[in-house]
Amino acid sequence: MTHSEPRAGQSAARGLNDKSIRNLFIFPTIAFLIIFNIFPLLFSLYTSFTDFRASTNAPANWVGLENYSYLLTNEFIWRNFTITAKYVLISVTGQVVVGFGLAMLLNRYMPFKGLITTLLLLPMMLSMAVVGLFWKLLYDPNFGIINHSLGLGKFEWLANPDMALWAVAITDIWMWSPFVMLLSLAGLSAVPKHLYEAAEIDRAGTFYTFFRITLPLVAPILMIAIIFRTMEAFKTFDLAYILSSQPTTELIAIRLYKMAFLEWQTGLSSAFAYIVLVMVVGITMIYVKYLNKVKER
Amino acid sequence: MSQIKLQNISKTFGVNKALRGLDLTIEDGEFFVLLGQTGAGKTTSLRIIAGLERPDDGKVLIDGQDVADWNAAERDVALVLQQYSLYPRLTVRGNLEFPLRSKIRGLNENQIKRRVEQAAETLHITPLLDRKVERLSGGEMQRVSIGRAIVREPRVFLMDEPLSALDAKLREVLRVELKKLHNELGATFLFVTHDQVEAMSMGDKIGVLNKGRLVQVGTPAEVYSNPVNTFVARAVGSPPMNLIDGQLSAGSASIGAGAFSLPVAANGGVDGRDLTFGVRPEDVTLESGAPVEGRVFDIEDHGVIKILTLEVGQNRLHATVPAQMSVKLDDSVRFGWKPEKVLMFDRGTGVNLAASA
Repeated sequence: MTHSEPRAGQSAARGLNDKSIRNLFIFPTIAFLIIFNIFPLLFSLYTSFTDFRASTNAPANWVGLENYSYLLTNEFIWRNFTITAKYVLISVTGQVVVGFGLAMLLNRYMPFKGLITTLLLLPMMLSMAVVGLFWKLLYDPNFGIINHSLGLGKFEWLANPDMALWAVAITDIWMWSPFVMLLSLAGLSAVPKHLYEAAEIDRAGTFYTFFRITLPLVAPILMIAIIFRTMEAFKTFDLAYILSSQPTTELIAIRLYKMAFLEWQTGLSSAFAYIVLVMVVGITMIYVKYLNKVKER
Repeated sequence: MSQIKLQNISKTFGVNKALRGLDLTIEDGEFFVLLGQTGAGKTTSLRIIAGLERPDDGKVLIDGQDVADWNAAERDVALVLQQYSLYPRLTVRGNLEFPLRSKIRGLNENQIKRRVEQAAETLHITPLLDRKVERLSGGEMQRVSIGRAIVREPRVFLMDEPLSALDAKLREVLRVELKKLHNELGATFLFVTHDQVEAMSMGDKIGVLNKGRLVQVGTPAEVYSNPVNTFVARAVGSPPMNLIDGQLSAGSASIGAGAFSLPVAANGGVDGRDLTFGVRPEDVTLESGAPVEGRVFDIEDHGVIKILTLEVGQNRLHATVPAQMSVKLDDSVRFGWKPEKVLMFDRGTGVNLAASA
């Protein structure tokens, strides 16, 4: 008891003690997480096994794995998956090629390098919806600048079922290449200059130097960029939704949105969302495993 | 195996003049050490020879050929750097093979294998061949880095302070090994260092560099016993040469306004001129009948020898004496010096009078 007073004085001098940090920061965060993340996650897991519809008052009936088996055997859903896979592949590959290429160009002395880098980063900072709307104008077959500058006449980008997905992917590449560029640039500038000098003296060619020195050293950070972009591309909704309403651009996120909020098949769409979640986690795990392997070497 | 010649090389980085009219000749098969402090232009000289920098002015000749238009690859020099520069993520073997895999060389697998194994044997790194370079110690890394230079059988070996990142013990071992390697290969070595012990112990010839200019070139013995100016006298030798201000009067050095006076072998000195006298600590002799009395100010015991700091008035002098000699701090001792070993420098310019005469 006699010690209690000096102790209180000490803790006041030290600032917040562990207990008040717990009460002020940790508990609210946990509560927030439970209410907005954990509960919806668990609730949607439950609804994915029911025929629940959020638009009616009808009680949810337990249907077991019926939703899952329906989705996994439905050829239309599989088409959505195929479209998404194609989209992810085109879009992420494009972003890595363009982004890494830009980074290689920027990773040397040039005038106005800082300004150029900043300007190149702008697309990434725009809103998806805005980008979608003005690329719609750029793609316009009648007055769009893309057809005009490429001399394509009245070429249909978004109305053409075969081109629409490419058009969306190109827009995504335009918007997100800077992200890959930024990470690659960080990786490239961390490669010690003396290694290049040693390679030059050792008479290594440009390609040999690139594949033996540059790429192995940048690989881990490039891998991180690819993980992020793949996860994002999987979830793409707004860009594709605004740009095109073709069935050939119906990505899983759009299908999911329609299923959940236009058709109100809440239970079924929850199951769908879980399938997508498992897939994204699975793909990410493959990447992370590879990333660790790259880092170990 | 090549002769290297630098003619009137100048190089400026921004406002910083790294080299000002450097002339230097390194003979075929020579172990040439370029000695200088940080910023003296050692590394720049090396990089210009290697072709990593272009000189603003002047010529680089390898075997009499002007190599101005040759890039680093064409010059066929090998470079060993302080920071090892090993290629990451490769094994030791991968690193040693790297320069041999270049298409220009056109070596087949057997030749590559043989050369790598030979180099590994020379440097005692055969057991490490299949290890990743990240798992090596500093000394092992530097061996691999040297090995990568050897496998190429280059015309010239350029080494930029390769031993400075290593601990003292290892440095000594590698110093001996490099010297041996040079004898075995018979190639031209240009070794850059700020460590005068390395320079003295390894070089066939030493070039002392100061502020982008070559101050003196000579064998270690020449540079040690006959420095051209006070800069070289200070730079070479440990403990450094004693440099004390005084005047010459009647064949004697009169030090510090009459603090003491000792005879010198007059060579080109004029009475009354302001001079700096230089004498190596080992040429200062302690004897009971010696002419000057001094106080022992400090004693450093180096095992083989002791280094005494003697104080006479305002002047301090280093003297090396055998370790078994018993002296205590604040003892009064009598000392002299070997008159024929005393050098005289102009106090204003620092130039050795014997050298300028």
